[in-house]
Amino acid sequence: MLLIPCPWCGERDETEFRYGGQAHLARPLDPHATGDAEWAEYLFMRDNPKGWFRERWNHAAGCRRWFNMVRHTVTHEIAAVYKPDDPKPELPE
Amino acid sequence: MQRFSIVSLARNALTGHKDWPRYWRSPKPKAEYDAVIVGGGGHGLATAYYLAKEHGVTNIAVLEKGWLGGGNTGRNTTIVRSNYLWDESAHLYEHSLKLFEGLSQELNYNVMLSQRGVLNLAHNLGDVREGIRRVNANRLNGVDAEWLGPAQVQEFCPIVSISPSMRYPVMGATLQRRAGVARHDAVAWGFARGADALGVDIIQNCEVTGFDIREGRVRGLRTNQGDIATGKVGIVAAGHNSVLCEMAGVRLPIQSHPLQALVSEPIKPVHPCVVMSNAVHVYVSQSDKGELVMGAGIDSFNSYAQRGSFPVIEHQMAAVLELFPIFSRLRMLRTWGGIVDVCPDASPIIGRLPVEGLYLNGGWGTGGFKATPGSGHVFAHTIAREAPHPLAAPFAFERFTSGALIDEHGAAAVAH
Repeated sequence: MLLIPCPWCGERDETEFRYGGQAHLARPLDPHATGDAEWAEYLFMRDNPKGWFRERWNHAAGCRRWFNMVRHTVTHEIAAVYKPDDPKPELPE
Repeated sequence: MQRFSIVSLARNALTGHKDWPRYWRSPKPKAEYDAVIVGGGGHGLATAYYLAKEHGVTNIAVLEKGWLGGGNTGRNTTIVRSNYLWDESAHLYEHSLKLFEGLSQELNYNVMLSQRGVLNLAHNLGDVREGIRRVNANRLNGVDAEWLGPAQVQEFCPIVSISPSMRYPVMGATLQRRAGVARHDAVAWGFARGADALGVDIIQNCEVTGFDIREGRVRGLRTNQGDIATGKVGIVAAGHNSVLCEMAGVRLPIQSHPLQALVSEPIKPVHPCVVMSNAVHVYVSQSDKGELVMGAGIDSFNSYAQRGSFPVIEHQMAAVLELFPIFSRLRMLRTWGGIVDVCPDASPIIGRLPVEGLYLNGGWGTGGFKATPGSGHVFAHTIAREAPHPLAAPFAFERFTSGALIDEHGAAAVAH
């Protein structure tokens, strides 16, 4: 059970949120110059670390805004919450 | 290997059952193998068994970082079926179901396959149309399937409520009579015992810590029990496939999620089959011990914690009570989670990776148990012949570049 600190609303129950997967995925800038392998990389390939992970969440049953979170995928500890245009925080040790 | 039979049972009864041999040895790893399988769950052990049995590759090892079958093999809800929609999946899972039907004889080990029938319920018009379509698709592929109306559903499983006043009434169901459940531990142990008898080294408590890759080719791997030289590595590590492949420099389209299950206190036999429902989301059967075995949906977030959030269980219980009012006073005994490796199209990846000599059998996500023998069988062929088994070819890693995905979210039955 996660208690997620929405950067706009504060701590709320996990059930108010929707998960958005890995954060900071950039769509290829020039689709016409993008080959199959690069599309596959963008569409399907994902980091899946056992440890700290930068991920997207949406406060679906709250302010409905997107934000990013740094969470540990084994302990579920939350190290940082930041807005989409904030700089990427360093991952904890 | 001492074969089990009525004679060996009687002989051991005379000596108080103290002289049964161990199922498998616990050897130290050798310095070199022809092939190494990473992951000692059902799929990995089945792969080793068929490599030795069908392809004569016996100088192989199965490395398991914990204990045999202690991951998802021992954590699933034991359902076996093959009623998948697309041709590729139907053929693969049907291949597996057919192997399951002869598995106890093949392994001389009772895997307790019980073909009691699996119902997939429909609760709305979309479900009904999808269900009938799937029945037709299954029959065209030679997979047994029937469509039942609500009254027939209740006839087949009398404890299911078909009351029209339910929020999501039962409007029909698909039925696969040859589907059912099997003893999950027995599948792992049977394959381990069979593989060991054919000379396979099964090494537990052996964690892979890195790969030796030179000039784009696997030369060996590093483990906490020393380095092992080998030209072929098959990764069959379920939730940890991404972690291993990252060590080899390969990025996968896989995300690891917790999938929870739970059992009730044991009761007398009341539930004759397996009932699954995508719409209200529950799948439930009754074990031979009398416990109701129930599976939940996956937790949405990535995790390696082997535990999930409680709201998923609550949601699950609400669905159970909606469909089975008879269970309202039943107490739950325990819940647990396994880490499942989910692909974007809810279909597995079986085949070569971009490093020569490196093979992956993973991405089985929420429904790998039913495929255990078939998965091992086609993966062994793929490794031994260095070319995909015809049934495995559509499931190659390259499909994510070609775009030929096999979307089985409907038939996978667990909500993603």
